[in-house]
Amino acid sequence: MSHQDTSHQDRSRPTPLHAVHVALGASMTDFAGWTMPLRYTSELAEHHAVRNAAGLFDLSHMGEIVLTGPGSAAALDHALVGNIGKLAVHRARYTMICDTDGGVLDDLIVYRTGQQEYLVVANAANTAVVLAALTERVAGFDTELRDATEDQALLAVQGPRAVDLLTPLTDADLGALKYYASVPTTVSGHPVLLARTGYTGEDGFELFCAPDDAEPLWNALRAAGGPQVPLPAGLACRDSLRLEAGMPLYGNELTRERTPFEAGLGRVVKFDKGDFVGRDALLARAEAGPRETLVGLVGRGRRAPRAGYPVVDPATGAPLGVVTSGAPSPTLGKPVAMAYVPVDRAEPGTELAVDVRGRQEPVDVVPLPFYRRES
Amino acid sequence: MVPEELRYTEQHEWVARAGDDTVRVGITDYAQRQLGDVVFVQLPEVGRQVAEGDSVGEVESTKSVSDIYAPLAGEVVAVNEAVVTAPETINGDPYGDGWLVELRISDPASVDGLLDAAGYREKIGEV
Repeated sequence: MSHQDTSHQDRSRPTPLHAVHVALGASMTDFAGWTMPLRYTSELAEHHAVRNAAGLFDLSHMGEIVLTGPGSAAALDHALVGNIGKLAVHRARYTMICDTDGGVLDDLIVYRTGQQEYLVVANAANTAVVLAALTERVAGFDTELRDATEDQALLAVQGPRAVDLLTPLTDADLGALKYYASVPTTVSGHPVLLARTGYTGEDGFELFCAPDDAEPLWNALRAAGGPQVPLPAGLACRDSLRLEAGMPLYGNELTRERTPFEAGLGRVVKFDKGDFVGRDALLARAEAGPRETLVGLVGRGRRAPRAGYPVVDPATGAPLGVVTSGAPSPTLGKPVAMAYVPVDRAEPGTELAVDVRGRQEPVDVVPLPFYRRES
Repeated sequence: MVPEELRYTEQHEWVARAGDDTVRVGITDYAQRQLGDVVFVQLPEVGRQVAEGDSVGEVESTKSVSDIYAPLAGEVVAVNEAVVTAPETINGDPYGDGWLVELRISDPASVDGLLDAAGYREKIGEV
């Protein structure tokens, strides 16, 4: 056993649900400056609970930035790569903010919450970067930008039973709330923005609420389905869930050094909307085509490729690329990974190998995602 | 949980005397909690000669992978095949059914050089 340091960092902030996590006996971890629950009892049990029933997450570390004013749509169309102005009120979109050279600064979900109001949700580790870039980019527009991270908590209920659990707690018409849509409503009497979004590959909801409402909301949701439904679920299973669902994680699949095109997410870049930050560089990349691309790998053995491990030619051992995320997949029962490889080695069915701590392990390129829920 | 009767290493392994010159080795409760759910274990071949500190296997969880180190020099005389088929045993019973290997140690007195329970508790901040 190698030593793993989990010493508490005093600078890290608790979420409004901190006392709840401690009372549940969660293993806490510092994540992007927040003290977050890594797991409550077993990350495998939590993973399976989300796939088979429902899990309850505290995601209050996520960054929330609100834009209001008549120029908000134009401002976000300029600042982000997606077509934000065309987003209907109450709909949401997965998008990215790129640097002038096309490198990804963060991936985001943008919710249009009103005709002149948007909620931008950023990764915790990037909230400061996104806030700074947005502030600079929207300066010439008729919009007011506000960091709402501290005055919003975020809970998520994810899994096939999420609809059943929420139905008795809200007047919102959940059947009418489509994937990537949101509605202001109440849940158990507490005002929330209820969004049908998530990062697990399952149906589910995210609930933005006031920090003081987070604990009563958590308790109401926990009581909704019996003692273990939804099961409190930590960041460890969130990572294995999103990996199985083929969803990129900033810092792993997405970085400042890569554009959305390498990540296979070129579709989020909308050139037909007019000028935006990074357009020229992204257009050049789109026309030239990426040299490397993100692929899914499934291991034939038991040892899992992990982030940073080299992808190598199985015949010669020559380095080809790098694993960005990898783990034993709890749902599939075999190792899965995402990796950047040259485009001519990216075809599903291609045999590759990963250098797993000094030994080559055979892997096969497969289409992403590894797991897709039955709809 | 740090049982009084065992010896420990800086690498979060426990060592129990199994016979005059043999010891049983596993990972501590602290270690299994740090790792999370163990999903794969790789153990050495019986008969392998090991030096103190040699990597003799791996314990892999959904989140991370760690080496198993030989706590003392000797020969591998038994491995726990049961944890290979049921790796979760390491989480459930790290000091019992979750044992990993047995070594015939070159120097029976070398066990005394390992951490005692008090020393290991101090190391992991469990007082």
